[in-house]
Amino acid sequence: MSPILQTLANASAYGYQTFAAAGGDFQSIATVTVGAGGSSSITFASIPSTYQHLQLRAITKNASSANFAAMRFNSDTGSNYSAHYLDGDGASATAGAASNYDRSYFGYTGTSSQTNIFGVSVIDILDYKDTNKYKTVRVLTGVDANGSGTVELSSSSWRNTAAITDINIFFSSTNFAQYTQVALYGIKG
Amino acid sequence: MPTTYTPIATTTLGSNTGTVTFSSISGTYTDLVLITNVSGNDGAICIRFNSDTGSNYSNTGLRGNGTSASSTRATNFSYIAGTSNLSVTAGSLQTAIWNIQNYSNTTTNKTVLFRDGMATHITGATVGLWRNTAAITSVSLSPEFGANVFYTGSTFTLYGVKSA
Repeated sequence: MSPILQTLANASAYGYQTFAAAGGDFQSIATVTVGAGGSSSITFASIPSTYQHLQLRAITKNASSANFAAMRFNSDTGSNYSAHYLDGDGASATAGAASNYDRSYFGYTGTSSQTNIFGVSVIDILDYKDTNKYKTVRVLTGVDANGSGTVELSSSSWRNTAAITDINIFFSSTNFAQYTQVALYGIKG
Repeated sequence: MPTTYTPIATTTLGSNTGTVTFSSISGTYTDLVLITNVSGNDGAICIRFNSDTGSNYSNTGLRGNGTSASSTRATNFSYIAGTSNLSVTAGSLQTAIWNIQNYSNTTTNKTVLFRDGMATHITGATVGLWRNTAAITSVSLSPEFGANVFYTGSTFTLYGVKSA
């Protein structure tokens, strides 16, 4: 069967339906892109309460050898977080958990020794403003470096019923490298 | 706040097809999200960028088959593959959401992150790398192994997500 190769310019003639841009309920709130000097952390502050859920979409790289970033809400550094994860490292699947932890999971990152390689994460924060619930985070993240890397599914809980107004993303002691980009989106309900 | 998650194009196959390609993709967005819901005769669903058929892809995968969990890796490969073979159960659909992050920058190698599965067979997650810093302007999907096809009715929908 011969391949179908179409450009979007003439797509309709070949059965591809194209769309005009339309308004919707998935909205971009803010984006942070790390510059040449690197950054010790990335913060989204004063998050509006007009959405039902939040999503973070990111490409990330560490300026040193750290390969996993963490996240906190509303500047809470207490042991009020917990998480479970399922990892695949190319050889085996492993599961683990953290309880009474001082941070939520964010995701895998590239390291300084991995040229032009960035980790990626898609993170859903559900019912972020609901003051009747602890906050739940769902993470899909991974990094592949052609012979090494990890893909992970994880879920984290922040045991606090306060609405999330701030998100801080960080490494324990090292910096985000240039071109790291984290974008925050709001989803209306 | 600007709305996003914009539909770019979609196709539902009217006949069995070997390769589906979205080309001339605008660099307007930050990420691409591709949603596939497909069936086929054999092989996993594979993705390539900018018509690159060289050994410039790799991936790390995680899968559960109802009995156990495992992880696999491919290096210096000619495509990035999903976790499920299309032919496992006739008529079953393999579904996937592919996140192609920062596809239009010319600084980083391109990484795709996706979850996929077929309810009768497997569920999985994969991170894949295309070792090329070029902006992605086309995305091609095909079943593995040469002459295999996606079946009539398979759907492919491409969205653009633009950050502020």
